[in-house]
Amino acid sequence: MRVVRFALQWVAAVSVVLGFGLPTGASAQAQQPQHSQPPNQADSRRSGLSYMSPALQALQRDDSQNPAQLWVQEGALLWAKPPVNADGQATGRACAACHAAGAERGMATRYPAIDATNDAAIDPAKQRPLTLAGRIDQCRQRHQQAPPQGADGPEILALSAHLAQASRGLPLAAPSDAAISAWQARGHALWQQRMGQANLSCAQCHDQHPGAKLGGAVIPQGHPTGYPTYRLEWQGLGSLQRRMRACLVGVRAEPFTPNADEWLALETYLAKRASGMLMEGAALRP
Amino acid sequence: MARTLIHAPKTARPGEIIELRATIAHPMETGLRSDDQGRPVPRNILTHFECHYNGQRVFGALLYAAVAANPYLAFHLRAQASGTITLTWHGDFGFKQTESLALQVA
Repeated sequence: MRVVRFALQWVAAVSVVLGFGLPTGASAQAQQPQHSQPPNQADSRRSGLSYMSPALQALQRDDSQNPAQLWVQEGALLWAKPPVNADGQATGRACAACHAAGAERGMATRYPAIDATNDAAIDPAKQRPLTLAGRIDQCRQRHQQAPPQGADGPEILALSAHLAQASRGLPLAAPSDAAISAWQARGHALWQQRMGQANLSCAQCHDQHPGAKLGGAVIPQGHPTGYPTYRLEWQGLGSLQRRMRACLVGVRAEPFTPNADEWLALETYLAKRASGMLMEGAALRP
Repeated sequence: MARTLIHAPKTARPGEIIELRATIAHPMETGLRSDDQGRPVPRNILTHFECHYNGQRVFGALLYAAVAANPYLAFHLRAQASGTITLTWHGDFGFKQTESLALQVA
């Protein structure tokens, strides 16, 4: 909201009124389904969206204003465009050339998952789950000869945003096979482990004190229903791993190394924890 | 080409006040930061924005380094005649982007 808050200097405008134009309810709601949870009294889980101010909620719900849509647009173009290298030569097929039209819907709900196409020779105990971003990265390397980027690379973010958007309104459906269960359990253990100089575990804030404040910011329950997410603080789109890294720095812990197993375990556990909640597409958070 | 999100009606009645909302993907780098190596990152911001309606400038804004990335502008104008609305962003390093919209007034 810095754009809105910080003074812009407005010049010569004839018959022009400055409007900070939060959308009227009708137009915003017409564009996007409500992100309410399915009616289930026993389910006390709440998306981070519900902890935001009405103005920020409206900003997320309005596709003509939510800045995450800039990445969604970019991702849709990348999805359809055959990849080219720096010399302009084609290096493979476009995503859309393999994946059928409409196949994007639901893709983002199923990750992190153990990759079924991984070599069978790999010891199942050593198989790592792939996040959605990891899957995109791997696919780009295998089929488009693209260099690896990591979850916060510009193309990976754009494609993740496109796929997240395509699954908007669908329930998260974390896999539950034996191999992934071991990772979920490991993530759960990490979730409950005290860390850093503040000596806080994830659970102490996000399970025991959601809705309370930490340093002026409201603590949400920490469900990954809207990643990649546009954080106003970042002024850009970022992955769930980036969000968790910021949390670790917040409790004065040393973040795990990039692409460490711990990130995967936590992401896997979070997906299970939020399983059944509705995805929000590329979301917006303060 | 930077991505843009533009919200504007395609049709309007004569004399109707319409709202335009425009967001553009831009880093709005302030010039006050340094990179990982300690070298200053040069300023790269949008400096001004203009809206022309059938060739006449109807709205303009100056932008400065304090404006956050991906600037969002919302403003109103009075629909008078069918024609073209052009939105133009100017910035550092010769950045210039123009988006055109058709407006049908009847």
